[in-house]
Amino acid sequence: MREVLIVAGKEFRDGLRNRWVLAITLAFALLAVALAWFGAAASGEVGFTQVSTTIVSLATLAVFLIPLIALMLAYDSIVGEDEGGTLLLLMSYPLSRVALLSGKFCGHAAVLGLSTILGFGAAAAVIVLVDAGAAVHDLSGPFALFIGSAVLLGWAFLALAYVISVVTREKARAAGLALLTWFLFVLVYDLALLGLLVGTEGRVDGGLFRVLLLLNPTDVFRLVNLTGFEEMAAASGMLSVMAGQGFPITGLLAILAAWTIVPLAAAAGLFAARRT
Amino acid sequence: MNRIVELNQVSRAFGRIQALERLDLRLETGEVLGLLGHNGAGKSTTIKLILGILAATAGAVRVLGEDPRGRGAGRLRMATGYLPENVSFYDNLTGREVLQYFARLKRAPTRAVGELLERVGLREAAHRRVRTYSKGMRQRLGLAQALLGHPRLLLLDEPTVGLDPMATRDVYDMIDTLRDRGTGVILCSHVLPGVERHIDRVAILGRGRLLASGTIDALREQAGLPLHIRVRITGANGAQRQALGANALETRVEDDGTIVLSIRPECKMAALQALLAAPGVEDLSVETPTLETLYAHFDGLDGRREQPHA
Repeated sequence: MREVLIVAGKEFRDGLRNRWVLAITLAFALLAVALAWFGAAASGEVGFTQVSTTIVSLATLAVFLIPLIALMLAYDSIVGEDEGGTLLLLMSYPLSRVALLSGKFCGHAAVLGLSTILGFGAAAAVIVLVDAGAAVHDLSGPFALFIGSAVLLGWAFLALAYVISVVTREKARAAGLALLTWFLFVLVYDLALLGLLVGTEGRVDGGLFRVLLLLNPTDVFRLVNLTGFEEMAAASGMLSVMAGQGFPITGLLAILAAWTIVPLAAAAGLFAARRT
Repeated sequence: MNRIVELNQVSRAFGRIQALERLDLRLETGEVLGLLGHNGAGKSTTIKLILGILAATAGAVRVLGEDPRGRGAGRLRMATGYLPENVSFYDNLTGREVLQYFARLKRAPTRAVGELLERVGLREAAHRRVRTYSKGMRQRLGLAQALLGHPRLLLLDEPTVGLDPMATRDVYDMIDTLRDRGTGVILCSHVLPGVERHIDRVAILGRGRLLASGTIDALREQAGLPLHIRVRITGANGAQRQALGANALETRVEDDGTIVLSIRPECKMAALQALLAAPGVEDLSVETPTLETLYAHFDGLDGRREQPHA
């Protein structure tokens, strides 16, 4: 346990020093404020829009951005040490592979979690301060849910990045695989589902479609943040299929959490089984 | 428990490739063992077995009397120092931070960090990022890392690669000091010159097998390689020169007139006496086979090639 904390501490300090925390926080904060301010531009007004509109647009963008950031943050976590020779050295230390992996993940999870909370939290604070019309209690609930699910989404892709980092032997390959993963989960998967819907003219078994949606963490994230808002239908055509089928929020969050735990456990298992 | 490392008939295969075959190796307290061999001879595999990173497919590995992959592995690892070949530390950290990180992991007191940086000559560079370090400085940092926690066993893989002659000497001095304190050292190397005086025993590996092991003197005896006597001579006529070569296997004259005689080890004293009695001999020096020659000899035997040792 001690070793996990030591490794996590180093990883977190690295995140601060490499300006990852600063960059992610700023990016999220600016994005959120900008979307809140210009969110209604399409309807011809500028100024803070409704919370629901802001969250819907934020979620739509975050679903692209967060997985990419998480994958870039951690794709080289193990393979990078392997290439540098420090992995072999660490293996000669009183430190198990699982402890090393857990420590690194905890450090990265803290970097990403903190940046997400700070960035989007700061944006929420700005909206409340600037816009007299925004009631804190209206804002806090949906925003807290958005931030919480964003953190979980980030962690899920961190865990996927660890799988990539454990199965590859070259950093360049890991980077390629990370991009491919992003592409598959964020773009291709939904297009394929859409294609399935169109191709079968909507005659897909509802239960099957439900399961397929829940198999992709980005879709789960969308479901958490888009269902329950009327704007949902406009913002995400496909998810409207699910309208009226209300998923319980806690269930969706549990699925996101499972998307963190299962890949991470797989990464730990693969890492422990590796020869060197 | 005097024996630090003991390998008994250890084999390790990677799939169908036999990386090590029935290797016997011992390291006693306060001993420096030179582990020599080509790339792919099995040096790295041997080190990984001793560190417990790899498991042996057959045979027994014991470090300080324990199994390096068994229950006591954590404690063993705290008593072991390792310097891998070609390690590049975290570029964004300072030398001190790198060493602090490893010290925490090894549960060595943090005050040891300052002492070690001082000892390897990095005190002034301690606050600079490793990115700015030269190859030699990185190697010293690696050495400092290996010395954390006063190891009883030290495994150094090519510790002098990239070091200038002064730094190389410092490394060897450090190894001498550690040996005097009772640390067992395994020194992996294919850079041979200069290392001889600092190692007690040599083990030569080739294609996963132990080709020879023993003290350098024992290996010389075993190899029976001729030694060379270089003679400078003035005013001798042809017949006298001819007579010089009486004990020699072979006589060679270099461009500057120096005569090089190849002598069997057992004829050494007889040859020297004859030379001292010979007229006109101005100077002579005796060259025993170097570790490099010995290595080439044993490695060559393994390859079933006839080595042209002159």
